[in-house]
Amino acid sequence: MPEFIADFFRQLAEDHPRWNFIFFYEPVEIQRVLSGIGVTLQLSIVCLILSVVIGIIGAWLQGSPIKWLRNIVQGYIQFFRNTPPVVQLLFFYFALGQFTPTYSPDGWLEIPWISNVGWAIISLSFFAGAFNVEIFRAGIESVPDSTKEAAEALGYSRMKSYIYIILPLAFRVSLPALNNNLVNLVKTTTQAIAIAVPELLYQCVTIWNNYPSAQYPAMLFLFVFYIGLVGLIVMGMNRWERQLKIPGYGV
Amino acid sequence: MMSWTEDQPMVSIKDVHKSFGDLEVLKGVSMDIMKGQVICIIGPSGSGKSTLIRCVNALNDIQQGSILVEGQEVNDPDLDKLELRKKVGMVFQQYNLFPHKTALQNVMMAPIQVLKQDKAEIEKQAYELLKKVRLEGKENSYPGELSGGQQQRVAIARSLAMNPDIMLFDEVTAALDPETVKEVLVTIKQLAEEGMTCILVTHEMGFAREVADMIYFTDRGVIVESGPPATFFDEAKDPRTKEFLSQIL
Repeated sequence: MPEFIADFFRQLAEDHPRWNFIFFYEPVEIQRVLSGIGVTLQLSIVCLILSVVIGIIGAWLQGSPIKWLRNIVQGYIQFFRNTPPVVQLLFFYFALGQFTPTYSPDGWLEIPWISNVGWAIISLSFFAGAFNVEIFRAGIESVPDSTKEAAEALGYSRMKSYIYIILPLAFRVSLPALNNNLVNLVKTTTQAIAIAVPELLYQCVTIWNNYPSAQYPAMLFLFVFYIGLVGLIVMGMNRWERQLKIPGYGV
Repeated sequence: MMSWTEDQPMVSIKDVHKSFGDLEVLKGVSMDIMKGQVICIIGPSGSGKSTLIRCVNALNDIQQGSILVEGQEVNDPDLDKLELRKKVGMVFQQYNLFPHKTALQNVMMAPIQVLKQDKAEIEKQAYELLKKVRLEGKENSYPGELSGGQQQRVAIARSLAMNPDIMLFDEVTAALDPETVKEVLVTIKQLAEEGMTCILVTHEMGFAREVADMIYFTDRGVIVESGPPATFFDEAKDPRTKEFLSQIL
């Protein structure tokens, strides 16, 4: 942080005590915010990727000829779509967390194999993944049967035609809806605060608990940060959408 | 299964029955196609002609009867579909190209992804095939940028890239405007002259008369009449055939 910015905020806090942007000039608090941003980005990116993978696999299983497999996917979607994500986080961490094996590096501490960050990643990925399955399924249904038939006639197996033909087309159709869901996912990462994952919201709450004068500034910062982060994602996704556009094709 | 030799029919269809639910669309159809023959199947819509050729490469299953393709039984739950589809190429009414790939990629995809052929080699072959269907210069166009007739010729090249022994054409000119019909027919005719075994479902009577070795007229799930074009068109015996021909010619 350049010195003159720190000086500006230090002066601001002196002149207007309710606008104490302490996390812009106090090194300890700067560090807190930076590490919070780091965890939020890590959580967002990992969950984003995993949820898309879950969506792709789930949508493929949903088209399976085996009924019980389809039922499992359906059950999974119903569970994760119809329950609040914060309840899922609590359930994964407190209920399932009890059963995870632990290890002890020093002979004293018992550390579970899956940390709270790990559970947040698992829980949020499955949460967003459930929506992604439905999003991709809609995309797959938009691929005409005649196109699938052409692939079949050329000797493509179900798996190969999914990978090389159906998915690339379905993905393009799904992008706008996927875009929305991923934005939601990034915002939902703040709910990991419920299991004490030290992401940005957690760090900001800690700051304003220590310095009540930093409460408004921290909230303002949160809003600005998330507007920026989501804005970036939307921009990136829109650009990707344009790049994937097929010349002369409706989608 | 005994091994197939060239003096036996390449495709042998025997007493094929096919139903969609309660609706029986094929009610005992039989025909033999020898290597190098060009067969045209004509008939009113709903008569089961498209269904019949879709059964030949197992896109539709059949309930009864037998279809042998080079000695391989298609009506078999353990059918090796890939093996069958390597032998039988198919071109559809709506072209059904893969819209996210260029013309060249459309031709190259299946040989690379399904047959695992060498990319450099198949690329050379794909250029030649596109040249053969007179689409030089269109290699890097996407299907959406091509006219219907051009797309259909890409589809033909795509099928040929699999190096099939038999080609099925399912009303391939029905979706085209009259001017472009010809460019597709010329391509098919060229194939036929090179000795490709072809089964065509078509409404192009002039074309059928010109290229076909045998014409089959189907109506309501059965073959009503068949014969070489000269006798078929000029000396049709069955009243249903006569009525159909009088409407269409």
